[in-house]
Amino acid sequence: MVELIQFGIDFLSLGGAYALMALGLVIVYGILRLVNFAYGELIMVTGYALYLVNGTALPWLVMAAFAVFIAVLTGIATDYVAFRPVRAKSVTAVLITSFAFSTLLQNAALLFISPRPRNIPLPDIFSRTVEIGGVITPVRNLLTIAMSVIMLALFAWLMRRTVIGIAMRAAATHFTMARMLGVPANLIISSAFAISGLLAGIVALFWLGRIGSVVPGIGLQPLLVAFIATVIGGMRSLQGAVLGGFLLAFIDTSLNYSLPQDLLKFRDAFTFSLVILILLWRPEGLLKGPASGQRT
Amino acid sequence: MRHILTAIVLLGLIAIIVFGIELTGTRLMVRIATNLCIMLVLVLGLQVFMGNSGILSFAHIGFMGVGAYVSAMLTIPLQMRSMALPDLYPIVAHIEISPYLGILLGGGIAAAVAAALSYPLMRLSDAAAVITSFAFLVVLHTIMLHWSAVTNGPRTLFGLPNITTLPLAAGFAAIAVITALIFKESRIGVLLRASRDDEIAAGAMGANIPYLRWLAFILSALLAGIGGALWGHYVTSFSPKAFYLKETFVVLGMLVIGGPNTVTGAVAGTILVTLAFEGLRATEGFLNSIQLFSKPVIGLTEIILAMAMIVMLSLRPGGFIATREIGDTVMRWFKFRDKTQ
Repeated sequence: MVELIQFGIDFLSLGGAYALMALGLVIVYGILRLVNFAYGELIMVTGYALYLVNGTALPWLVMAAFAVFIAVLTGIATDYVAFRPVRAKSVTAVLITSFAFSTLLQNAALLFISPRPRNIPLPDIFSRTVEIGGVITPVRNLLTIAMSVIMLALFAWLMRRTVIGIAMRAAATHFTMARMLGVPANLIISSAFAISGLLAGIVALFWLGRIGSVVPGIGLQPLLVAFIATVIGGMRSLQGAVLGGFLLAFIDTSLNYSLPQDLLKFRDAFTFSLVILILLWRPEGLLKGPASGQRT
Repeated sequence: MRHILTAIVLLGLIAIIVFGIELTGTRLMVRIATNLCIMLVLVLGLQVFMGNSGILSFAHIGFMGVGAYVSAMLTIPLQMRSMALPDLYPIVAHIEISPYLGILLGGGIAAAVAAALSYPLMRLSDAAAVITSFAFLVVLHTIMLHWSAVTNGPRTLFGLPNITTLPLAAGFAAIAVITALIFKESRIGVLLRASRDDEIAAGAMGANIPYLRWLAFILSALLAGIGGALWGHYVTSFSPKAFYLKETFVVLGMLVIGGPNTVTGAVAGTILVTLAFEGLRATEGFLNSIQLFSKPVIGLTEIILAMAMIVMLSLRPGGFIATREIGDTVMRWFKFRDKTQ
């Protein structure tokens, strides 16, 4: 029983974070059908923004808001630098420009800040633990679960009830048709990137909270997680991204619990092989998205 | 005729560089040229798959690693073997083969790994294909990082015999050029390029697209493995870090800037980026040596390469040489001159 609760908390907190990361990636992919390789750098940027305001007298929540704001700005910058100039030309071109933009940001961090880890400010509550049903667990994990529930609800509301959300879903279903009906393409795409930045920024707070510091290469792991979760869930479906995130977290947590120590270091290799197997079975992912239109 | 002309021009270019440097060059120049030739093998390997199928592959550098480690495992001299790889399996621990054979075997095993694992991935297109190839790279990297018995784990593996000289590297580069050209113009290559330009139409005409892509992928892995083994025998010590995203970025940058769809583009891009890289690296070293800034300057080279890639793709998405091989250009030029006279 104790182990079950432990497993549940681990799984839900990891799954919540994974699901939000995957959503941030898929919201852009759904509309443009283009993958953003610079997505992981949004996490890195959030970390460095926190590092830069570290030591000021501001309360932590203000610092966090500032860092998330920077992530949103970086998300929009990705659109302007890597996507807008080439998005009409070829799929491969955008993959490469976003990969280049990611390298650019990472090396800028190397050059202007430092290759070594930098500490980031964390609120006290992150380091506390509580006991639930005989299980001692960090409060941070519970906060992650709460935050992901709130964000998912907020996101669902945004996509279903607001004008911009409906326009975005319309654009994801049939981009050309949506444009003809007066949905402004560039605005929609930029807002998708902004939302992507917002999700990444908020997840970053908790993701970095586990580690407590930031290095230039920190974005790789979250990027992989988001990639794999979206591929499992179905590249074009928002629900699929959430499902994929939780499924990936389930696989990861189960492997953590079940693999013997000397195989545990190969965990990533197992996870990714499993992903390849899932794709063999369903190349489209578990959930199909809306029928695709033309991308421009 | 024009294909033969392309081959002659490109091989001539490599020959001029090699002979020029063999005759006059300093050690630094020889080092740069050897590096250039090894990169040519790697970039052309990627071109074989990416140029013809139109699918971006990240796994390429993983196969470079496979080639390097396979060759290392079999060619490190026996008296050093127990030190470099103490936990190596007994079956291979006492076999020592010629490094030249090791290079070929490195390529062969890389191709075999690709053949065994990649077929299912070839059904995917666009973004899903790219993401799975990325996952593939991560799998290969994780294995290299943790399979201590064969790779010495994350630590540096040392003791490879140093046999990669400029003529050897240049020879392999020449073979890679010819292979890439022959493949591109072969039946498989033409069908594959048809599927790149219009997947549905090519499929409707009866092209077995996954199979064609699979063949290209194997050939690509073969070249990557050979390139990796060559590189291994050139630097003689390396760690799994060498076969990951940074290297991927460099190889991809060379191909994209030059033009992924043509062999000429791949060669031109490699030469261009290598020169720019060496220039920038020298600048970086110079800035560090005069200590203009309080911190060491690192990453400048990558930043500039990244910017060059973004600018290149916005202005000329096909790279410098997008569609026409050099032989074609020369032929057209002659025809044009005949007409005007």
